[in-house]
Amino acid sequence: MERNLHKQLGNMKKSLFDQGYLDEQFIQLEELQDEANPNFVEEVVTLYYRDSARLIQNIEQTLENNPLDFAKLDNYMHQFKGSSCSIGAKKLKNECTQFREHCKTGNGDGCKRTFQQLKKEYAALKKKLEHYFQVP
Amino acid sequence: MNLAGSQAVKSMSVTSSSVSRRSGDGVSDQFPAGLRVLVVDDDPTCLRILEKMLKNCLYEVTKSNRAELALNYLRENKNGYDIVISDVHMPDMDGFKLLEHVGLEMDLPVIMMSADDSKKVVMKGITHGAVDYLIKPVRIEALKNIWQHVVRKKKDEYKGKDYEQTGSVEDGEQHQKPPEDSEYSSSANEGSWKNPKKRKDEEDEAEERDDTSTLKKPRVVWSVELHQQFVTAVNHLGLDKAVPKKILELMNVPGLTRENVASHLQKYRLYLRRLSGVSQHQSGLNNAFMGPTDATFGPISSLNGLDLQALAASGQLPPQSLATIQAAALGRANKSPVPVPLVDQRNLFSFENPKLRFGEDSQQLNNNSKQINLLHGIPTNMEPKQLATLRQSAQSFGNLNMQLHSQSSQSGSLLTQMSQPQSRTPILNEINGSHVSTLPSSLGQPILSQALPSSVLPRNGIENVRGGTYGSVSQPSSALDFSVNPGTEFSGNSFPLMSNSGIPILTSKGMIQEEVNSEMKVPRGYLPNYDTFDELNQNRSQDWSMQNVGSTFDVSQHSNLQGSLGVSPSILVQQGFSSNHKSEQSRNASVSKAAFSVGDGRIGNSSSSGQQLNSSPADISQRIKAERLPNMGFQNTLFPEQFGQDDLMSALLKQQEGTGAVESEFGFDGYHLDNLPV
Repeated sequence: MERNLHKQLGNMKKSLFDQGYLDEQFIQLEELQDEANPNFVEEVVTLYYRDSARLIQNIEQTLENNPLDFAKLDNYMHQFKGSSCSIGAKKLKNECTQFREHCKTGNGDGCKRTFQQLKKEYAALKKKLEHYFQVP
Repeated sequence: MNLAGSQAVKSMSVTSSSVSRRSGDGVSDQFPAGLRVLVVDDDPTCLRILEKMLKNCLYEVTKSNRAELALNYLRENKNGYDIVISDVHMPDMDGFKLLEHVGLEMDLPVIMMSADDSKKVVMKGITHGAVDYLIKPVRIEALKNIWQHVVRKKKDEYKGKDYEQTGSVEDGEQHQKPPEDSEYSSSANEGSWKNPKKRKDEEDEAEERDDTSTLKKPRVVWSVELHQQFVTAVNHLGLDKAVPKKILELMNVPGLTRENVASHLQKYRLYLRRLSGVSQHQSGLNNAFMGPTDATFGPISSLNGLDLQALAASGQLPPQSLATIQAAALGRANKSPVPVPLVDQRNLFSFENPKLRFGEDSQQLNNNSKQINLLHGIPTNMEPKQLATLRQSAQSFGNLNMQLHSQSSQSGSLLTQMSQPQSRTPILNEINGSHVSTLPSSLGQPILSQALPSSVLPRNGIENVRGGTYGSVSQPSSALDFSVNPGTEFSGNSFPLMSNSGIPILTSKGMIQEEVNSEMKVPRGYLPNYDTFDELNQNRSQDWSMQNVGSTFDVSQHSNLQGSLGVSPSILVQQGFSSNHKSEQSRNASVSKAAFSVGDGRIGNSSSSGQQLNSSPADISQRIKAERLPNMGFQNTLFPEQFGQDDLMSALLKQQEGTGAVESEFGFDGYHLDNLPV
């Protein structure tokens, strides 16, 4: 029974890694789990989604402004990137990098496009991680 | 991905952590365990992860999501933390700002972290004194080693094993990284560069070497005296050549290890830099100084910073007080005007510096001169006449007179000005006689270094060291540094010190080398005299030490100093005048202007001070005399050696070589050579 669970977990994680959702930082978080914080990863991911939702909202609002405040966007995205990379959200991190590149070049369309993609990944990862954490 | 592997890790981590924890609890003296870490990050996710990681490292963690809050924690319990880890981007307070505060108020090691891995930001962290810069996501492996920074920071105070790697690493590092911006150009900056690199390089070795026992070892208390010795040694060696091992040898203090010296050197450099940064922020006066200078001249700004730093480093003068002093000095210079024309004011400045310096002062002067040279490169508004005045003052001194003549020929106005300075300081003349030879200044440097060993002038020695270092480091920066150094020395008020040990030491030790260096500087310094700022700084520092004495004393001293300064400059002046003067003058002018503006607020005070200077209280004069006397002795010994132009030339050449590309840029070579012929 336990073996099956392990296998299931392993498979899920493997797919998350294989699909590029996560990177080694996620493993690092798992390694931090101990008897004091047995659900540390879940705790952190929950924290991440709670806090980053605010950032996502801020970015969304800022993207509605005209002209775009790229400095502000870049600042928000910097924060978002810091959080995302801390939990090993590889895809999101890459989107952040992309977004900031667009900010740097003043590419408003690129920013918006990347942000849409980012939100998609953001939601997808959340779903996958929730599923992952549901495994006992 | 090997799921099995990760799984294993997952389950294993619990075991390993529990094991380590057990051992940590059991062995209280297991050093890294219990390290008190304050972690600051506005990102709750990162903060939580960091907290967990740090706890898993068995550290004692305090977290704060705001920099201001963290600062409060630190202020409330200054000894409650060993190290600070801070995010760079935070809404309430920039991480660098926090870094500054921590560096100034608590002197704790600070590690910066950010997802921003741009070289620019990392460099900023380093230049602001961060001991490390972690790129997010931070890995626990990096946190496991942060205790090293704590140990390293405390090494100064601990008696530890000899730390050979430090020295070698530093050397390599120094040369490896060229200054990127003006800040970097300064020797102090180099120090900061070195520090980060050093740390990284040293970390591995340090890890193994620094066992828990290190912490338990008795601290090496860097007393003023010890620090002076240290500074003297650094001065003697020159900043770029000051390797812990050699410094240790020069200091010759039983019980002191190379490790102690290395960490102290690192700290010293960092501190200088930090102070400069802080001072700018803290004091409007300083800012005014710095601001104007900075705008016009990159180097100058650094000089100011250096001065401030030096003062701060000496600990005698609080940054603010320094600023005020500087301002006062400036104001005085400006105010004194009444009787004295602008030129005169400048002269006063220069005079002040000389006075302050005395034996050590001479070194400072040299430094100043170097600075001046640097300044030369910078365009200033100063008029040639003003320079002339400076020169004149120098002339007033025995040798100077000759030079003055030559100079005077250049500018009649200058000559007149010079005469004024002379009248002002009869004492100076006397001093000059002894100093006569500005050579003394160069001599003074050696003396200073020697004196430092004697422990007479710890602060001064420090200052000197700084000055020396700066000079050696990069001339551009060194110029600034020099000015700073003088200031620090002044603050030290090492006058007595100078006199005490200076002469004897010089003779016995035969600091010829140092002298040469100083001499070299002197030529450069002629122009530097214009660097009123530098001088002012020096004066200020002196004032500080003299605090009781008050500005008046300083003034009088200044005048005396001027005399001594004048002497050395005169020689140099003659040589370098044409080329240097122009550039310097312009530079000086701008500088002086800045200073003036700054000083205006304080003009009232300054004017009064200026008057005082003229009157030069008997006490002051007496003091000056005393100082001079020592110098005289030095001069005598030194003179023979220094006098030879060839020697100077060689010295200059040496210096130039040491300086490297930077110096050449300044055109020192050309100047020196020109000067030498004269």
